[in-house]
Amino acid sequence: MPELIAKEAWQGQAAVTRAGLVLAPLQDRPIWSVALFPGGADGAATALESLGLGFPEPNRWVSAAEVRLVWTGRAQAFLMGAEPPAGLAGHAAVTDQSGGWAGVSLSGPAGPEALARLVPVDLRPGSFPAGAAIRAPVNHMSAVILRTGPETVEVWVFRSMARTLWHELTEVLARFEARATVAG
Amino acid sequence: MRIEGKGLIDRAHPVRFSFDGTSYGGYRGDTLASALLANGVRLMGRSFKYHRPRGPLTAGSEEPNALVEIHGKTNQTPNVRATVQEIFDGLEARSQNRLGSLKYDLLEVNDLLAPFFSAGFYYKTFMWPRAFWESVYEPMIRRAAGLGRLSGKHDEGAYEKAWAWCDLLVIGAGPAGLMAALTAARAGAQVILADETPILGGRLASDGGMIGGEPALVWAAAVEAELRSLPNVRIMTRTTITGAYDNGTYGALERVGLHRPAKANLPRECFWRIVARRAVLAAGAMERPVAFPDNDRPGIMLTSAVRTYLNRYGVVPGQRITIFDGSETGRALARELMAAGVQVAGIIDPRPDASSLEDCPVHLGAEVVGSRGRLGLSGITVRKGAETFEVETDCLAISGGWNPTLHLTCHMNGRPRWAEDLMAFVPMEGAVPGLVAAGAAAGRFSTHGALAGGQAAAQGALADLGFKVPDIALPEAEDAPCQPRALWAVAAEGRAWVDFANDVTTKDVRLAAQENYRSVEHMKRYTTQGMAPDQGKNSNVAALAVLADATGRSIPETGITTFRPPYVPVSIAAMGAGGRGAGFAPQRLMTSDQASRDRMAPMIEAGLWYRPSYFPKPGETTWKEACDREVMMVRNAVGVADVSTLGKIDIQGRDAARFLDLVYTNTFSTLPVGRVRYGLMLREDGMVLDDGTSARLGENHFLMTTTTAAAGLVMRHLDFVHQAFCADWDLRFISVTESWAQFAVAGPKARALLNSMLDAPLGDVPFMGLASVPVGGVEARLFRISFSGEEGYEIAVPTRYGEALFRDLLARAETMGGGPYGMEALNVLRIEKGFVTHAEIHGRVTAFDIGMAKIVSAKKDCIGKAASQRPGLSGPERQQLVGLRSFAPLTAGAHLFRPGAVIGQAADEGYSTSTCWSPTLNCWLALAFLTDGRARLGEQVRLVDHLRGKDVVCDVCDPVFLDPDGGRMRA
Repeated sequence: MPELIAKEAWQGQAAVTRAGLVLAPLQDRPIWSVALFPGGADGAATALESLGLGFPEPNRWVSAAEVRLVWTGRAQAFLMGAEPPAGLAGHAAVTDQSGGWAGVSLSGPAGPEALARLVPVDLRPGSFPAGAAIRAPVNHMSAVILRTGPETVEVWVFRSMARTLWHELTEVLARFEARATVAG
Repeated sequence: MRIEGKGLIDRAHPVRFSFDGTSYGGYRGDTLASALLANGVRLMGRSFKYHRPRGPLTAGSEEPNALVEIHGKTNQTPNVRATVQEIFDGLEARSQNRLGSLKYDLLEVNDLLAPFFSAGFYYKTFMWPRAFWESVYEPMIRRAAGLGRLSGKHDEGAYEKAWAWCDLLVIGAGPAGLMAALTAARAGAQVILADETPILGGRLASDGGMIGGEPALVWAAAVEAELRSLPNVRIMTRTTITGAYDNGTYGALERVGLHRPAKANLPRECFWRIVARRAVLAAGAMERPVAFPDNDRPGIMLTSAVRTYLNRYGVVPGQRITIFDGSETGRALARELMAAGVQVAGIIDPRPDASSLEDCPVHLGAEVVGSRGRLGLSGITVRKGAETFEVETDCLAISGGWNPTLHLTCHMNGRPRWAEDLMAFVPMEGAVPGLVAAGAAAGRFSTHGALAGGQAAAQGALADLGFKVPDIALPEAEDAPCQPRALWAVAAEGRAWVDFANDVTTKDVRLAAQENYRSVEHMKRYTTQGMAPDQGKNSNVAALAVLADATGRSIPETGITTFRPPYVPVSIAAMGAGGRGAGFAPQRLMTSDQASRDRMAPMIEAGLWYRPSYFPKPGETTWKEACDREVMMVRNAVGVADVSTLGKIDIQGRDAARFLDLVYTNTFSTLPVGRVRYGLMLREDGMVLDDGTSARLGENHFLMTTTTAAAGLVMRHLDFVHQAFCADWDLRFISVTESWAQFAVAGPKARALLNSMLDAPLGDVPFMGLASVPVGGVEARLFRISFSGEEGYEIAVPTRYGEALFRDLLARAETMGGGPYGMEALNVLRIEKGFVTHAEIHGRVTAFDIGMAKIVSAKKDCIGKAASQRPGLSGPERQQLVGLRSFAPLTAGAHLFRPGAVIGQAADEGYSTSTCWSPTLNCWLALAFLTDGRARLGEQVRLVDHLRGKDVVCDVCDPVFLDPDGGRMRA
C-alpha cells in the first residue's frame, strides 16, 4: 500500500527578514499535552526524569537537549520534541497535540517591540526573561509564546490559523520597517 | 507675517503646501495654522451653526475653530485641527462646512437668521408635522450645520495598534514633565514621556524664561539629550494620551505619518495602550477665552496662542496688535511683540490698579465690548467706565485666566475640585489610581512650581515602586505667585461666544437657565455646549460660570459636566487598526483547503473555518445544480466531506464517565469501550446548548465531538462545570480539534471506498461503533456515524496526513461514481433525515421541543435538568419540531399560521428554521417549530414569509422525512 504523504504546517514557507527582524517558520515536532491528574505530580515527575525534565512552574519552560516541557495551563504542560515517556499514564492525561500547532520564531533586538503590536504582554527580556513561557492572545488568536534566546521568541498557534499568523506578523514587520526608515 | 530670527522652525527646509487650492510656503516645523498666519491668512473655517468666519483661537490641540479637511491620494480626513497638522511638501488642505467658497459662504445667511436659531430651536420649531423630522428637517439641518465631509470610500490607509509598558508614564513634556521624567529616569525606572507636540519643552518653547541660570530651552535640550541617551526612557512625541482606564492603562494616539507625505506601509496613526504602574499628569493648563460681543472674528485669539505663534513659529498674526488681558503674561507678550518690532496698539487691562508703564497705550479698568471686520478683525470697541472708544487692530489677544488640563483625572468618574484661590478647577487627588497631577495641571502655574511638582510626583511614584529616589538639585526658576483672576464674560449687549466650536453664546446659556435647564448637565444638552469635536475644552468652565451667574449660584454649587475619554478626537481607523477585511477575525483553514479551492469550490465561513460550499462540475451554472448532484451522489454512490471543523475534546481520568453523565442529558457511563453515543447537552437554564457524539476510547478515555459553531462554547462550558462543580475530580480534558483531520465517507459505496484505501479490509464495525484502522501506514480512527442518513463513516488521521488522505479518497471516490460534497449538500442530507443543527437548537429550545425529552435521563441528574423541568418548558403550548413538505418553494425564517387564520402576530403559531429542495423526495422540505406540532402531523399550515413574499400551504409531517427506521444508516 502506498503511504500517506505527511505535510508540514509551513510547507514551502521561506523565512522573511524585515527591519532587522527574522521571521522564520518552525518545523513540526511531536507535541504532547501532559495534564497532571490530582495527586499525580510525584508520579509524573518520576516518569519525566527519564527525559531529564521537571514539571515547569507556571509561565516557565524547561528543556533538556532538544526536548522541552512548556507550561501551558493549570497543571498542564506541553512536551515538545519527544514522545512521552512510559510511566506517565495514570499520573497525567497524555494527549497528542502534534501537528495541531504551528510555530514561528521571531529574532532580533526589536522582536518584543514588534510583537507589542499584537500581544498585550510585555515580552521584553526584563519581564519575559530566559525560560519564560506564556499563554497569550496574538491579536484574536490564542498562542503559546516562549523566549528561546536573548533576542528570540517563539509563537505557536493552532495550525488552522497559521496563514493568519503569518499574514499579521509580516504586516507588523512591514509597518515596523516603514517606521524605521522615517525615524527621527 | 514672519519675524526674522524668531521661532523654532527649520528655515533651512522650506515647504510648499496648498489651502483651498492656493499654494503657500512655510517651513518645516510649522503647523498649518502658523504657516497660513505667516502668509496673512486668518480665515480658516466657518462656524458650525451660523457659518461665521473663523480663524484659529489657539495654537494647540484644543482648537475649536480652525478645522480643515486634509486630502491625500487615498484619503480625505475631515475636522483636522490646523493648529496640530504639521505642514509638509504637497500637503493639501481645504476648508469645510461651507456652501460656495470660504470667503463667500452662502450659508452665512444662517447668521442673519440667528434669532430663530437659539438653543433648542429645533426642538421647538421642527416638531410638526411629526413625520417631517426624519425626512425633511433633520437632513436639512445636517446639511447646513455640519463639519467636514468623509470621502464615502474605504479608508485604505495603514494604521497601527500597539501596547507599551512602563513604571512611570509622564504625560506632557513641559517643565513639570521633563523634571518628572528625569527624576524617574535617573532612578533606573522604565519611563515613557509622551507629548502631543513634535518637540519637548511644553510652554517653555512659547514663553521662554530662565531655568538654572540659562535659557529655559537650553535646560530643556540638556534634559532631552540625557533622556534620549538612557535605555530605560522612551520618548513619544506627537502622542496624545487620550484616556485613563482601569489598572493603570492609558489610551494614546500617535501621529506617525500624518505630518509627512504618504509612504507605503507607514502607519498614519498608532493607537497605543500604555500600561503604567504610576503616572504623572503634567499636561499643563489651557487658557480661557473671554465672552464679549463678536469675540469670534478671525484675528481674535488667546494670549498664549499669540505668544506661541510669535516665539515658537516666528509668526505674528497681525500688524497692529491689541491685548485684552489682566495678567503679567499679557504684558510679557506686549513687550516681546514690541521687541520684535511689531506695533502694539494697546493693552486693555480689566484691572483698575495695575501698572500702566509700558511702551504702548495701556487702558486700565477697561474691557473690550465689541469687534468689527467681516472676514477678519479690523477694530474693537473698548469701554472704560462710562466712555467707549474704538481701536483699530487686526489681532486681539484675549485671556480670561487658565484652566488646569485635568481631563484625564476625570476619566474614572473623578470630579475636580474648585480652588477659589486659583479661580479654577483643580484635579481631585487620587481620582485615577496611580496618577498624580503636577505643575500647571495641578494648579501650580510658576516654572518653579512645575519643576518642583514634577520632581515630587516622580519621587512619590519611585518611593511607591521601591526605587531608590535620586537626589537631584532643583534648578532655579521664576516662582511668581499666581494671581487669581477670572474674566468669564463682559457685560454688554450682543452675541458673545462661549463655545466657539458649537456656536453657543452666553445668551443660549442664560436661555437654558430661564427655561429651567438649571443643572449643568441639562444646560449642556439644551445648548449643545461642549459637544463639538473640542469637547468643550475651551468653554466648559466659562459656560458653567455664566450659568452660575444666571441662576444665582456659586461655581462649585453649579458643578461641572463630566470629562470623558477620548481627550482628543481619535479616528476609528486607529482604534480598529488591523481589523479591516481579513484582519477582522482569524481564518481557520482545513487541511483540505487547497484541494477544495483547486476544485473551484466557493468557500463559506462557519465559526472562523472556511468550508467548501459545493464543488461545481463543468456545465453546472448554479449552486443548486451542484448541490442536487452531490446529494444524489451520496444517496446512490459515495461522497466525501471534510468534517475536521467539528469540535473534538479529549477527556481522560477515572471520573471522565461521571463527568459526561453530568454534562450530557443521557448516560455515558454505561457506554461500552469501542462504541459511540449521541449526546445532548443543556445550559444551566435548561435550554439545549449543543449536541454531538462521544466515543469511548478506553475505560477512562472519551472523545467528545461538538458542532463546529459551538466548539469554543462547549469547551468553555466544560471548563466552567469542571472548575465550579467538580474541581477535585480525576479528570482532564483538552481540545484535539486541530490534531486530527476527519472526513465523512457516506453512501452505499462508503465501505467499498474505505476498503480500497485501508491497509486491511474493514472488519465488522457496527453502527455507532469505532475501530482503529491502518491507512497508508498511519493509524486512523474510524467512527461509524452518519449525519446523512446513509451508511456513513468518519475517518480521522493526524492533521499532517489530512490533505493527502482527502485527495486520495476523492480520487478513489470519483472512480467509483462518487466525489466530494460541500456544505449545501451536507445541509440537504441532514434536513432530509431530520437532524438538527444550530438553526434549530438556537438557544431558545428545550429537549422537549426538539422531540428529545426521552434522552433526558430520569435516572440521574445533569446540568440544566432541573431548570428544564420548570413549568412552561414542556407541553402542548410549546412550539415543537416538525417537518413541513410542499411542492412550492419554502423559506427559513417564515411564520406559520392555521389555514384561514387572520395573518398577524396573535395568530402566529411558529416558524421555519431550515429549508431545502429535496432531490431525493422531489419536493420542498422544511424543519419548523409549530405550536403543539407533534400532535398535528397530517394537518396543513400556512407558511408566510413577509420578507420574501411567500405564502404557501404545506403539510405537517414527522421531521424525519427519509428512512425513519434508519435502515440505510445501519446497512
